[in-house]
Amino acid sequence: MDKQRVKFTFPTALVTQPIIYNLGKKYDVVTNIRRADVRDEMGWVILELEGSLDEINRGVAWVSSLGVRVDPIAGDVVEG
Amino acid sequence: MSFVTALRCRECAREYPVEALNVCDFCFGPLEVAYDYHAVARATSRRRIEDGPLTIWRYKDLLPVDDDNAVDIHAGYTPLMKANNLGKVLGLDNLYLKNDSVNPSFSFKDRVVSVAATKALEFGFDTLSCASTGNLACSVAAHAARAGMKSVVFIPSNLEAGKVIGAAIYGPTIMAIDGGYDEVNRLCSEIADSYHWAFVNINMRPFYAEGSKTLGLEVAEQLGWRFPAHCVVPVASGALLSKIRKGFGEMVDVGLMEGPVPTRMYAAQAVGCSPVVDAFNAGEEMVMPVRPNSIAKSLAIGNPADGIYAIQTMKQSGGAAHGVQEEEVAEGMKLLAETEGIFTETAGGVVISALKNLVKRGLIGKDELTVAFITGNGLKTQEVISDVAQPLTIKPTMKDFEAALNGQTPVRR
Repeated sequence: MDKQRVKFTFPTALVTQPIIYNLGKKYDVVTNIRRADVRDEMGWVILELEGSLDEINRGVAWVSSLGVRVDPIAGDVVEG
Repeated sequence: MSFVTALRCRECAREYPVEALNVCDFCFGPLEVAYDYHAVARATSRRRIEDGPLTIWRYKDLLPVDDDNAVDIHAGYTPLMKANNLGKVLGLDNLYLKNDSVNPSFSFKDRVVSVAATKALEFGFDTLSCASTGNLACSVAAHAARAGMKSVVFIPSNLEAGKVIGAAIYGPTIMAIDGGYDEVNRLCSEIADSYHWAFVNINMRPFYAEGSKTLGLEVAEQLGWRFPAHCVVPVASGALLSKIRKGFGEMVDVGLMEGPVPTRMYAAQAVGCSPVVDAFNAGEEMVMPVRPNSIAKSLAIGNPADGIYAIQTMKQSGGAAHGVQEEEVAEGMKLLAETEGIFTETAGGVVISALKNLVKRGLIGKDELTVAFITGNGLKTQEVISDVAQPLTIKPTMKDFEAALNGQTPVRR
């Protein structure tokens, strides 16, 4: 089993959607939330995903396709 | 030996041993170096610093390294110069420029990489690595060469040749990644997780970031052990702004200066990538990531790791933030060059134009001691100001010369 630590950033329109719940239902991925800040206008959730690499990648692609931004937890690593 | 006690999570304050770690295992928050400030206070003094080397290593008591043999290409102790000409244009009588564009690899990154490379050797790494669009790659390759380490540098495949050469000359392995901005970020994170290399701004980040605060320490020392009233700082990841302020705070903590620190911190970004400025100006405490589209590429971090800490620092210090229009970037570069003889890269242009706007907004007073931070050299971003090169071409005659000098024909461009 692989693990990936990611940050989901939700735009206003998606803040109220149960996307993380559905990620676990649609794909064989365990979602483990560690920190979050969810407000009316936007929200972010830092979580660990556990599953096969293929399944994690498929799940992340699905989340991205909905309009949720998915980033590494440490922010951008490409610097000037 | 250093005065470091632990790595501490900035979110939940859990402590970890001093290892190549950057994220808290519990809450996934970023780790920061913690020091025994009482012990530092007993050891350090203004005299001890003034007798130290003319590099960042004069502040070794406040840096997280144990080894006496730093990986040192003489980063730091760069000029702090009074800018009377620029001040006159902007309406400031007490303006200083911290010119970090004259570091050995021509940017402030030498400060952070010198610390990260030294720590990487202490930890036993043999490879120094980073993902970069310019300055960081140059500095990593240069320090690895000095340290006798291997270096692997990741760049986007569409990076201009001129920027690649600045790193390539030091002999690193350069991997050019064919992909979008997000894909490059994601791949580099995965590689950092998989390879036992010292990625300066990933697994070495707590140590790397500490190098930034030497800019604050240096400025206060060079001002005759005074704090400025205002600091205008370019913001990419946000670490530089908060670390400069951290440096000021530590000077009080260890008895080098009297508190409280009066300095207001200001963030400068270009509007093509200004997530920190936008969040601050909207009164938000969280930063909405953006996809960068700015000519100020050295500041183009769409999802800044330390963005929220930069915002907190600005708020706590009573500072502000300004996003300059893209066309103001080159204007700022030219203004600085024409008034003070400093050729800065785009990030410096952002700072000068932001400063101009902050003065217009009435946030910086005419007589108040202000420092603008110039963090990179203009030779790296010449394409942005290529229109300045317009020589007057003449025939080898006095007649042609004088006609051209007086703005008459014949002049061939």
